[in-house]
Amino acid sequence: MEALISILFHGLAYAMILYIVSVGLSVTMGLMGFVNLAHGVFAMAGGYVTVTLMNTYAVPFGLALLAAFIVMTLVSVVLERTLYARLYGASELEQVLFTIGLIFMSVAIVRFLWGPLPQAIHLPAALSGQLDLGFRSFPMYRSFLIAVGFVLIALLWFGVERTNFGAQLRAAVDNRRMAESIGIDTRRLFSLAFALGSGLAALGGGLGADILAIYPGYATEYLVYFLMVVAIGGLGSLRGPFVAALLLGFGDTACKYLVPELGAFFVFVAMIGLLLWRPAGLFGRV
Amino acid sequence: MSPVDALIRRHRLRAIELLPWVIAVAAYFAFADYLSLGSQILIMILFALSLDLVLGYAGIVTLGHSAFFGVGAYAAGIYAARVSGEPLSGLLVGAIAAAAVGWASGLVILRTQGLALLMLTLAVTALLAEAANKASFITGGADGLQGVDIDPIFGIFRFDLFGRTAYRYCLAVLFLAWLFARRLVYSPFGRSLVGIRENATRMHAVGSPVRRRLIAVYTISASLAGIAGALLAQTTQFVGLTVLGFQRSGEVVIMLVFGGIGRLYGAFVGASLYMIAQDQLAKLDPAFWYFWIGLLLVLLVMFARGGVLGLIDRLLRR
Repeated sequence: MEALISILFHGLAYAMILYIVSVGLSVTMGLMGFVNLAHGVFAMAGGYVTVTLMNTYAVPFGLALLAAFIVMTLVSVVLERTLYARLYGASELEQVLFTIGLIFMSVAIVRFLWGPLPQAIHLPAALSGQLDLGFRSFPMYRSFLIAVGFVLIALLWFGVERTNFGAQLRAAVDNRRMAESIGIDTRRLFSLAFALGSGLAALGGGLGADILAIYPGYATEYLVYFLMVVAIGGLGSLRGPFVAALLLGFGDTACKYLVPELGAFFVFVAMIGLLLWRPAGLFGRV
Repeated sequence: MSPVDALIRRHRLRAIELLPWVIAVAAYFAFADYLSLGSQILIMILFALSLDLVLGYAGIVTLGHSAFFGVGAYAAGIYAARVSGEPLSGLLVGAIAAAAVGWASGLVILRTQGLALLMLTLAVTALLAEAANKASFITGGADGLQGVDIDPIFGIFRFDLFGRTAYRYCLAVLFLAWLFARRLVYSPFGRSLVGIRENATRMHAVGSPVRRRLIAVYTISASLAGIAGALLAQTTQFVGLTVLGFQRSGEVVIMLVFGGIGRLYGAFVGASLYMIAQDQLAKLDPAFWYFWIGLLLVLLVMFARGGVLGLIDRLLRR
């Protein structure tokens, strides 16, 4: 029982990070069919911005996260307009190569600026203790992650389901040509979605800096996990990646807790099974 | 000229196709101090050539080709350490093991396409890397496989300290593999692969067994990649976990793309340029090497689709 609660709790916190980082990827892939392997780079950059602001300039955690979000949103708009936009409609291989090129460049830059070692994040005192819920206590930081995760999910849900922008986005994902022919500017829509998704990834990178260590290998090591969330969840939805992130969070945590000697083995086997059963993901439209 | 005649003409060996072999033999005499790098280059050419069959000809975008390279390396390494140090049977063991993994995984994952296929190729490699890491009682785990001792080839040619035998051995194997690959891509089978790459639906419509063809080429390519891995294990007498890494999968795709995909010689040009540049530039600044590779890749996709050979083609046509 104790073990189960522990797995569920840690798995949920992990799932939140995975979801916050990956949800933007799901939307961009669903909307434009762009295979953006460099999505993890935005999360990594967000993590570095957060950690550097906090450690070097003593900026509070919350403000540093906000700064990471804003900086990476702006950077991604520039990248999208100048580089990504030229490859819409290019072949899958070209998109893969282009984004691998971006990964290699960013990894080299990050290693040059910050060195190869993981960046330790010094959490504020309020987040480093335990949260006592009466029947047992939970680590404060992970409880905070879960709470923030739910707030962000509520905001995302509201944005996509209840606003005009969200309605346009859903229309464009469902049927891009139809959406364009009734006058929705899908290019602008996509730029916005791309920027927001990258900003969210940066936020996730900063928030999760204590779980997914910020180091130059970040963009490649966790890439499989981010892609897994999107591929299993299905492209272009909010719900699919969330379910996938939960499955992955719980599954991975449980495997590492219960059978550490088998490592990530089960997770990969489960993913292969799921993708064979539903190649378009659990909630994907075929 | 009918299409059949055109195909036959293309199949005929042109003089320029002998150029790589002339260079390879000349390099053996000219750069006697760099023969171990030379063997590495020949091995990577073979690996890139195997990828070209899958990626260039059949159009399967994979990020997990190191799976077969790694399986071949481990199979040959373990065979040498546990069973026999005879090199040629070791190559065969590597090829068969890699082909078996290629066939089994191809059977399963080639039903999908797009993102799912990309993910599955990644997952198969990650799974194998994890297995090699955990099964340290047989693979050596993170320390790598030790005790790979290779007997002289045919009992005569001993592997020497200067890498002369290794170079000649790799060159001979690569030459045979090239003959085979060349025969394959100009055969009706090879043409049907190009058809599948260009339009799978239409190939279905004309009655081509698309999935069976894809599995076949995936298996063949895996066995060639396995031979490349086995060569690496035998010539370096060591197998480490990096043979199964994402990095190696990524690098071989990059080499092939630099050279030019779907043209058989892209592997030769790309792998040689990449390995030589890496050897020279990485000495100056190993960390920033990846920056330049990344930049080159972005520029290549933006401006020079078709790689070095594609550029040469365009210049010649002017």
